[in-house]
Amino acid sequence: MTAINFVLNGEDREVDDLDPNTPLLWVLRDRLDMVGTKFGCGRGLCGACTVHFNGNAMRSCLLPISAVAGQEITTIEGLAETDDSGNEQLHPLQDAWIASDTPQCGYCQAGQIMTAAALLKANPNPSDADIDNAMAGNLCRCGTYKRIRQAIHTAAENSVPGGTGE
Amino acid sequence: MSEYSEIDDLIPDVDMPAEFVERINRAPAEITDEAETFMPRRNFLKLTGIVGGGLVLGFALSGAPRTLAAPKGTEASTDTAFTSNVFTPNAYIQIKPDGTIVIAAKNPEIGQGVKTTLPMIIAEELEAPWESVSVIQSDIDAKRFGRQSAGGSQSTPRNWRPLRQAGAVAREMLIAAAAKTWGVSKAQCFADQGFIVNRENNRKLSYAELAGTAAELPVPNGKKVPLKKRSDYKLLGTFVPGVDNHSLVTGKPLFGIDQKLPGQLYATYTKCPQFGGGVKQANLQEIKALPGVVDAFVIEGNGIQTELLSGVAIVTKSTYEAFQAAKALRVEWDLSSAATDSWEDIQQKASALTDKPGAAKKSKGSVDKALATAHKTVSGYYTYPFLAHANLEPQNCTAWYRNGKMDIWAPSQTPQSIPGLVSSAVGIPAEDITVTQCRIGGGFGRRLMNDYACEAAAIAYRTKAPIKLMWNREADTAHDFYRVGGFHKLTGALNAEGTLTGLRDRTITFYPKDADDSRPVRAGNASSGNLQCPEIPNLSIEAHPLPLQVPTGWWRAPVSCSLAWVYQSFIHELAVAAERDHLEFLLEQFGAPRWTGRRRAGDFNTERAIDVVKLAAKNGDWGRPQKDGQGRGLSFYFSHLGYFAQVAEVTVDEQNNVKVDRVVVAGDVGMLLNKSAGVNQVEGSVTDALSVLAGQEISFENGAVQQSNFDTYPLLRMPAQPKIEVHWLSTQYPPTGLGEPAFPPLAAAVTNAIFDATGKRIRTMPISKEGFKVI
Repeated sequence: MTAINFVLNGEDREVDDLDPNTPLLWVLRDRLDMVGTKFGCGRGLCGACTVHFNGNAMRSCLLPISAVAGQEITTIEGLAETDDSGNEQLHPLQDAWIASDTPQCGYCQAGQIMTAAALLKANPNPSDADIDNAMAGNLCRCGTYKRIRQAIHTAAENSVPGGTGE
Repeated sequence: MSEYSEIDDLIPDVDMPAEFVERINRAPAEITDEAETFMPRRNFLKLTGIVGGGLVLGFALSGAPRTLAAPKGTEASTDTAFTSNVFTPNAYIQIKPDGTIVIAAKNPEIGQGVKTTLPMIIAEELEAPWESVSVIQSDIDAKRFGRQSAGGSQSTPRNWRPLRQAGAVAREMLIAAAAKTWGVSKAQCFADQGFIVNRENNRKLSYAELAGTAAELPVPNGKKVPLKKRSDYKLLGTFVPGVDNHSLVTGKPLFGIDQKLPGQLYATYTKCPQFGGGVKQANLQEIKALPGVVDAFVIEGNGIQTELLSGVAIVTKSTYEAFQAAKALRVEWDLSSAATDSWEDIQQKASALTDKPGAAKKSKGSVDKALATAHKTVSGYYTYPFLAHANLEPQNCTAWYRNGKMDIWAPSQTPQSIPGLVSSAVGIPAEDITVTQCRIGGGFGRRLMNDYACEAAAIAYRTKAPIKLMWNREADTAHDFYRVGGFHKLTGALNAEGTLTGLRDRTITFYPKDADDSRPVRAGNASSGNLQCPEIPNLSIEAHPLPLQVPTGWWRAPVSCSLAWVYQSFIHELAVAAERDHLEFLLEQFGAPRWTGRRRAGDFNTERAIDVVKLAAKNGDWGRPQKDGQGRGLSFYFSHLGYFAQVAEVTVDEQNNVKVDRVVVAGDVGMLLNKSAGVNQVEGSVTDALSVLAGQEISFENGAVQQSNFDTYPLLRMPAQPKIEVHWLSTQYPPTGLGEPAFPPLAAAVTNAIFDATGKRIRTMPISKEGFKVI
């Protein structure tokens, strides 16, 4: 097949020599060595593989690489920003996640954060019900939901207006 | 308790005699000093004499400092080259001249927080400021670290004393180094957060400054160094976030599934859906012609479920190609030894069998007499299903066989078992197998097994290139070691005063097909009779054996996770029948505050039980009136050395939708070591238990599991999680683990609350089968 070009975490990337049906998840993990995005169910049921597709939360396990051509993808590795001095500036959600000690095993957390980041971008000050609604597609086998909700509120409070999202 | 001996059966005692394993679970008769632990001194001496080079000797008797092993695999390497300025008093600690304090975390991290909590124990005794501590995951090395496993909530009780000693040895050497430097007595010096202070003149020397001098000093005997008093703790008992948090939220490769080696290939392994079936033949030539497929071959295996079953390996250039090729695989199975177990059939048989007297497993007094003379009798038939572990990270393992040596990167709860198992399965000497532990995307007991590691090793042995074996979700659900389902026909006797005078439990115990029916399947001892009603005068636990070929295994709070629901529900049934308050009735079952049994840690202490039940009741507003449709339920269980009581509040609507509004938890684990991880484990256990109660069931027909993914095996989602409040009772007992003990009481608290709200008694799990839906 011909090469597929897309923007990954702000950088132009090209992949070739692969089945166009290959889900983005496996392109990220096997081909591009970006393993922060996790495999959980392969059927869009758990949310562990959530990335941003043109700014919207999307399950990468069901997203064929052919559909990514020319689009913008953000993964957990690209959520933090780098300031002018080259220092990492974590997304407010990442800060809140660390401080509140949200992860237990941690496996689902990248997907949780990506879903939450899309939520905050659309709704900078979500209610509990908004959060429950937005996060209901992301499973956590360890039961960290309470701290996830708390961390999203904290991040919303700590965000400079307009500063959330990527 | 039974779960300990079972866990101990599973994990080879690489460093500890069986006697020690048993004793470490015991508490001294009277615990008045927090420095006391489960390990009486005489055994400590005996242990060090027997095992030579073990965990204790690692720092107690080694004359010369040792270098810390280089962490392999997932983490940034630290400078481990030995230099005279680096102070390495034992396998756990390294203090560098730049002030960095490196502490090794010995046990697998499955989400229970031990990668943070165990180093905290060392840091506390070391008087190391936590912000200057850098934690690394240790090598797998029994000689230096003793037992390295994550199971049975045992990391804390097993390591509590040895790790404090490891920290104290280093602290005492730094004190000695300062005393030498200043030419004063050691008594004149004390350690304070990275410095040794001279109490006469308040002069200070940092650990960094002292590292070089300390490294030249003899290492004191670990059992002779003084340990801090609990009242002097600065770090333990505080809220300390996990050491991997930054890596987790930025997507760093920590997990088994994240491993990648140069030239790595990917693999799937397809086994017979009917347990025990083998490969007769497969369309290997077709598979080999598919895109990306490097090789496809049959592995005969050794027929051992916990090691290597027969299957078809497909090796490819990418995970997706492996999954696609596996879909095209057509296998003719040899079903001559395959399971034909049917859950429907088992349920029918169990119902009929438990009507009749079974073999006595436990008896006290005369239940027949108690029932015959009872003022009132109560009966109920409780059933619960098999469960899968459903770790969010599907089973996987990375292996590389080269130059006669096998390297394995495994997300395993028992990494030390892997060399022996792989050796048996693949035929390589165990000493040629090296295991690196990876962070684990959920344990829950599934990864006490190492079947995936044996499969990866067998594939790598043939492939000669590094391979990552990847199970998909469907394989993960279909080839688990399941929590065993169960059946309990209970009958209780009440006298005219409404006191419980006798209880009979007729159960089913599964035994492995083609084996002796006297020994239950793994983690299948439903007839343990762990009722936790020491006052009961007449008790009879009876069991009927049924054969089972479906593989079973340890599942969070093994046995307790199901028995607690059965017994704590039935105690509530009895209280209702006796027209008595459930709280008062439950407390009556404990009797006077005391140790039962032989005052070992695994024995039941009714004082601790009474206190947590009262604490939960108080904070759970026990007795406060509620509106129509609302209910409140109480439950208690003692397991894995932890005492937990819970009060659940529910609202049930006309359509039997159940909203669990609040769960109030009271726990006693002696001392809470990390306020964050500890509370996390309780919140997680409550959520997990509600998930199970709501709708989880593994069923099987013709020897094959019928569920496949999260649509047929649902996990609780965020909106259904109740408000959870956690209250701790701080007692002077040694701290114990939290991965499991908060799980067992939840189910009965909720079903008792549903009864309170609706008058409907739920005796079948999950409650979806009784027409209730958790929302």
